Amino acid sequence: MSSAFAPAVSWPGRLLKFWRRHKWSYFFIAPSMILFLVFIGYPVLQAFLLAFQKVDLRGGAWVGLKNFQDLLASKLFWAAMRHTLVYAFFVVAAWITSSLLVASLIQPLSNRAQSLFRGAFYLPNVTSIIVISLVWIWIFEPDYGFLNYLLTVVGAPKVLWLQNPDIALWSIVLSTVLVVPGSGVVLYSAAIGSIPREYYEAAEVEGANWVQSLIHITFPLLRPTTLYLTVIYTIAGFQIFERVYIMTGGGPINATTTIVQLIFQTAFSDFNYGRASAQALILFAIIAAFSFIQFKFLSTDVEY
Amino acid sequence: MMAQSVAGRWTIGLVLARAWRRAPHLVVLLLLTGVAVVSLFPLYWLFNTALTPASSTVKLPPDIIPTNATLDNFAEIIRVSGQGRLRLLGPENPTRMSRLLLWFINTAFIALVSTAAHVLFDSMAGYAFAKRKFPGSNVFFWMILAALMIPGQVTLVPLYLMITKMKLINSYVGVLLPGLADVIGIFLLKQFIQTLPHELEEAARMDGASELGIYGRIIMPLAAPALAVTAIFAFQRYWNAFLWPLIVLQSPDLFTLQVGLSFVHTSEFGTNYGLMMAGAALAAIPMIVFFFAFQRYFMQGLRIGAVKG
Repeated sequence: MSSAFAPAVSWPGRLLKFWRRHKWSYFFIAPSMILFLVFIGYPVLQAFLLAFQKVDLRGGAWVGLKNFQDLLASKLFWAAMRHTLVYAFFVVAAWITSSLLVASLIQPLSNRAQSLFRGAFYLPNVTSIIVISLVWIWIFEPDYGFLNYLLTVVGAPKVLWLQNPDIALWSIVLSTVLVVPGSGVVLYSAAIGSIPREYYEAAEVEGANWVQSLIHITFPLLRPTTLYLTVIYTIAGFQIFERVYIMTGGGPINATTTIVQLIFQTAFSDFNYGRASAQALILFAIIAAFSFIQFKFLSTDVEY
Repeated sequence: MMAQSVAGRWTIGLVLARAWRRAPHLVVLLLLTGVAVVSLFPLYWLFNTALTPASSTVKLPPDIIPTNATLDNFAEIIRVSGQGRLRLLGPENPTRMSRLLLWFINTAFIALVSTAAHVLFDSMAGYAFAKRKFPGSNVFFWMILAALMIPGQVTLVPLYLMITKMKLINSYVGVLLPGLADVIGIFLLKQFIQTLPHELEEAARMDGASELGIYGRIIMPLAAPALAVTAIFAFQRYWNAFLWPLIVLQSPDLFTLQVGLSFVHTSEFGTNYGLMMAGAALAAIPMIVFFFAFQRYFMQGLRIGAVKG
């Protein structure tokens, strides 16, 4: 250890010392890092390589930017892009609004009632989207489904929710937005709970009513939470797949094909792995842009 | 007389005034209940249809509550899903059982093994990143943070080709191994373990505790709440996983519940909604029970995850 001996330590000696000192650290991270490098790191690099090749099960050949050019020229790709954007936009807008509304309404209630409502709103989130989608197929069923039953009760004509190409995408949006996201309710209600009461008392002294306090105190202080939720919901929205796969399979006539549904079809029905990788990279670029916004805005945390 | 009626009028006035002041409260409660009813409706409808006898599923008006509740649909879906062999205990296992039960066992197996491995590996790495100084720790940690941004779809095709080359298609190992490479748990546990006081480890080291002892006897018990959160979210994710098992698993005997249900949905039974809902209910019940048992941790986990990124 003494520095007087340092020059005398040979390379193998230094390595041995390094090993003795750090072996446990590397032991602790080894399983995770090996899994990470093999099953995330390497496949990510591979995805970049595949995107510039024509690949099938026999092997690959370089084709340069052809996969990307084909995509930009493909009507179906732009349709998938449009469907995904429409879905993400309406879902994010509805989810942010509904979870903020619910969290604000919960706030004045007793602690018990609050946790009861939080549990009720979180419960639908724990079941798989496959299960939820199967239920929605039944709710959307044309002849005996619950929604068309409601329509006949009020005397409206029946709707072919998932069979009409003009409506199917909106039905999938509807199935998503009608359920308030539990994560948003929980996070908003935690954020509202941490706002000091004095702010509201001061506002009350000044003669502000409940709605005014909400608009001038609560909403501005919730900005970090709103940004966080907006970004995670946008990312989730862009990745929509299971609902589409189960409810419509992308149909009718590709009216509900989304980017991930298209990746799935391109890879596992058409076996065009290069093109599927190009699609995935475009999705990655969009999501990376949103994640960048997330990191940027979260670093300017509001203090109170 | 006069005074009494004045007093009476006053009391009515007071009651009205109080009701008026409480009115917003009532409106809020009604509104919240309304939104909650809509939100919970799909789950309610799932169980309502699953419990309704097959003869009354397709009729108008539908039964809003299961008046003649029965478990027939459950028995029927277990019967018609076919017979298969449990392959967990070796390929030549002769025991035959209903595919739906098989899928249930497969899902539970995959979810439990993945969760256990996750908690072990993530806590080891989380501890190392939080408490130990070693060359490369920053590089590794930044790689993990970067990986949080990469959507799973990017690695989907390369992983599929890799698993195919490794001849792990249609095997549990093929489902399990790539699924274990998930970094959010490491991040979560690192954040938590960082907040534990440093003195405890120092004292243990002075007393001659081994490195494994410090991890296992000092850090792990203190990190128990964060370990519970990691375990709960991992279990939920693996129980509900769909796309990767769908791609890797090919023989129906190996399917998970979610994959199996998606195949039943496209089979001749797909439009028998009583059966479909019974099958879906079987997949949903464990998660619902799980949620009620660990509700507190679900809520905590959300907040820890949201603190920073």
